Amino acid sequence: MTMKLDARIPDGPVEKKWDKHRFELKLVNPANKRKYDVLVVGTGLAGASAAASLAELGYNVKVFCIQDSPRRAHSIAAQGGINAAKNYPNDGDSVRRLFYDTVKGGDYRAREANVYRLAQVSNSIIDQCVAQGVPFARDHGGTLDNRSFGGAQVSRTFFARGQTGQQLLLGAYGALMRQAGKGAVKLLPRREMVELVVVDGVARGIVVRNLITGKLESHAGHAVLLCTGGYGNTFYLSTNANSCNVGAAWLAYKKGAGFANPCFTQIHPTCIPQSGEHQAKLTLMSESLRNDGRVWVPKNKGDRRAPGDIPEAERDYYLERKYPSFGNLVPRDVASRAAKQMIDEGRGVGRTGLAVYLDFADAIKRQGQAKIAEKYGNLFDMYHHLTAENPYQVPMRIYPAVHYAMGGLWVDYNLMTTIPGLFCLGEANFSDHGANRLGASALMQGLADGYFIIPYTVGGWFAGNKFPKVDESHPAFRAAEASAAGRVKRLLEVRGKRTPVSFHKELGRLLWNNCGMARNEKGLREALERIPAIREEFWKDVMVPGSGADFNQALERALRVADYLEFSELLVRDALERRESCGGHFREESQTPDNEAKRDDANFSHATVWEYAGEGKPPIQHREPLEFKDVVPSQRSYA
Amino acid sequence: MSQETTMDVTLRVWRQKGPDQPGRFETYAAKGVTPDMSFFEALDMVNEELVVKGEEPIAFDHDCREGICGTCALTINGQPHGPDRGATGCQLHLRAYKHGDTITVEPFRARAFPVIKDLCVDRSALDRIMAAGGFISVNTGSAPEANSIPVPKAKAEAAMDSAACIGCGACAASCPNASAMLFVSAKISQFALLPQGRAERERRALAMQKQMDREGFGNCSNEAECEATCPKDIKIANIARLNREFLRAVFCSNEKHPETDGQEE
Ligand SMILES: Cc1cc2nc3c(=O)[nH]c(=O)nc-3n(C[C@H](O)[C@H](O)[C@H](O)COP(=O)(O)OP(=O)(O)OC[C@H]3O[C@@H](n4cnc5c(N)ncnc54)[C@H](O)[C@@H]3O)c2cc1C
Ligand code: FES
Repeated sequence: MTMKLDARIPDGPVEKKWDKHRFELKLVNPANKRKYDVLVVGTGLAGASAAASLAELGYNVKVFCIQDSPRRAHSIAAQGGINAAKNYPNDGDSVRRLFYDTVKGGDYRAREANVYRLAQVSNSIIDQCVAQGVPFARDHGGTLDNRSFGGAQVSRTFFARGQTGQQLLLGAYGALMRQAGKGAVKLLPRREMVELVVVDGVARGIVVRNLITGKLESHAGHAVLLCTGGYGNTFYLSTNANSCNVGAAWLAYKKGAGFANPCFTQIHPTCIPQSGEHQAKLTLMSESLRNDGRVWVPKNKGDRRAPGDIPEAERDYYLERKYPSFGNLVPRDVASRAAKQMIDEGRGVGRTGLAVYLDFADAIKRQGQAKIAEKYGNLFDMYHHLTAENPYQVPMRIYPAVHYAMGGLWVDYNLMTTIPGLFCLGEANFSDHGANRLGASALMQGLADGYFIIPYTVGGWFAGNKFPKVDESHPAFRAAEASAAGRVKRLLEVRGKRTPVSFHKELGRLLWNNCGMARNEKGLREALERIPAIREEFWKDVMVPGSGADFNQALERALRVADYLEFSELLVRDALERRESCGGHFREESQTPDNEAKRDDANFSHATVWEYAGEGKPPIQHREPLEFKDVVPSQRSYA
Repeated sequence: MSQETTMDVTLRVWRQKGPDQPGRFETYAAKGVTPDMSFFEALDMVNEELVVKGEEPIAFDHDCREGICGTCALTINGQPHGPDRGATGCQLHLRAYKHGDTITVEPFRARAFPVIKDLCVDRSALDRIMAAGGFISVNTGSAPEANSIPVPKAKAEAAMDSAACIGCGACAASCPNASAMLFVSAKISQFALLPQGRAERERRALAMQKQMDREGFGNCSNEAECEATCPKDIKIANIARLNREFLRAVFCSNEKHPETDGQEE
């Protein structure tokens, strides 16, 4: 069966689409809502907000997450802020401008209708979060404060110090726990989804592995919501938390869900550089720091003096020089590539030469240390803990790192994948950020999906369809359990000589070198040859001690690495097929004379959607053409 | 700037197969580690060596490794989260130690946190306390315009100080009475300081306190160990505020001590 891509974009002018659609979606009678079971996988911003909102409406909700508590989902780590089109600073913002900035920031590779809706609901998110008690920063008059983020010339970012994700997630977690306390939500933490159950072409349940006992548990439902986050960890080193993975999305892909634009990965310009081979993750220093920090390198190659000894005249504030109208606040892809350029020129700083400076001296002189501490105190502390250097006194050293996945499961306007009944929300879907996400827009999207979109579209799905009775006794669940059990057994039986982590590291290095900040045909082809070889080696030589019927973290890791070893091939293939540069995807063959990304709208103005064709077979490529009626694509310029 | 010297340390680690099994300390050598490495990366290194030998690695919970998710729960040389003030265990670096040191690692110890395996504990009690009242009751869609609720800047900042709690449970693990008062009081304070939280302040104080007692956490006897241990510098002034909120609820309101039976697992 070949895949059909129907984005179900409502007709009419872009600003009327969502209203019209909401009106046309069928409703479920309040008394009938409790007859529908919704399985929500993931408790980050997307999952927690969706689960709470659906339970408030009266649906029966079960929630799953890997962590020991829903509050620890990776969203907790988001730092800088969340965008909304409130226009409180009176600086010219509007729904249309947020929409415009997001489409342009994404380098014209996102679906207009979805992005417009995102901008439209953004203001309600702030209202909701404030009502929940999220302690956003405020002005002296008691009203909400804003800061600026990259890719925008207005101040539209709401923040709670440098821990905005934490506060937003705790708000959504509070709403979720309120429903759990009432018995409307059943919480199932320390569970990892290991199979999707599809009956007659419709998603009807999941199998999870209980991470404490190792038992496989089946759960049937009328809709499955994957809110399982991004796949940045495929690269081994990233700013993502340890448990972030691609597993659930990959299972769905193998069951028939289209995977869109996997090569669109975001490399964030400001992270703490790697200090050695032992390193397990990289730590982000929020983009918000570029409000007050100035990025620079020495003018002269190989200048090894301490930063304080390099006089003003011998410093190159290269972002301010190259992009005078956006300065330090150019979008991430642009800032990352510029840093790479400086480093390639031999002007990198620090022991390894793999860093640039982010300097707060001017801001501290202008505003005082106390003000800087109020805005970024926890980030400065984090930096200090990690590097033993005091950023109030010496400039931070920063370097780009893998951070975010714009690609993900393809979804239609209702956030439904190509498998009916399977929805995908938050970072796990591909929908709103095109080829490059603007800062502070992931939190916005996760909460938009969960609070304000899915409650309507899931209702429409229930009301518009009939559901034959399927419960956990259905044979499809036995088959799914057997397949998951088989995978666990195979892994335990290899008993080779290498650890799962060693394979993950090897894959990560290959991807970073050949499919990282700059990509070319030769490197990508080489990666396409190497990945299957690493995978084969993995299945021959991996060592997973212990048993499947137990708490076994080595096994958890091995299962995730097995997925990366398959998924990465799709990522690289997608990068190879997209023979243009756009956003975070930089093909060296396609650049402007001044080394900026050069899009090829004639040939690549589409989302590439991959369909699984079976083991060992090349995946089938589909395209969703992108039409731009409201934002006319142009060569992106931030100069 | 980072040094490249290496050193050897010894890890004495609590190993326990399961909740009902006896536990014991095992000793592992972490050779050739660098001061730049995080303490968890030394544990990773030991684990990699164990896995290669086909032995079960040391189970320990961790996720963000940057002090924000609250997942890590290790007692390091007798101190929950180790020696650094205002930091979690995952933020600890080996530069705090010297060549030849022995570092003892155990799980968080508290009656309400049973051991699952090795260094992993069950802290679901904290979630159940939150389910009892750690929220403001507002359904999606029913919120007023955000700026219609002005909050004085100082209040908002103080609420943020309390809201910074990461729910790790180190307060209970460091308390001689295994009390979770700092955790509970941080949430109660955040909402008591904000106008949005006022409507149900009495119900919240009573319900959370009651659930805390049920979970087997002890009482606060002003030891202040929690404040010294808290990786987010949550102050015990929050506990004073909790006590005021509780008394207010008991004496000045019509709110009944709620029955919180039937809480979700
Ligand atoms: C350090 C950092 C800082 C950031 N700062 C910002 C910022 O300032 N502003 C901004 O807008 N964005 C920011 N982002 C991006 C943003 O945080 C994420 O994109 C967003 O939080 C993702 O939310 P989510 O709900 O989609 O997924 P997550 O929060 O990643 O949640 C995923 C959930 O799925 C669960 N899960 C995954 N797989 C399975 C499985 N197989 N079975 C069961 N459960 C599973 C996990 O347990 C978890 O509960 C930042 C990201 C990082 C890494
Ligand atoms: S691992 Fe997240 S706080 Fe330690």
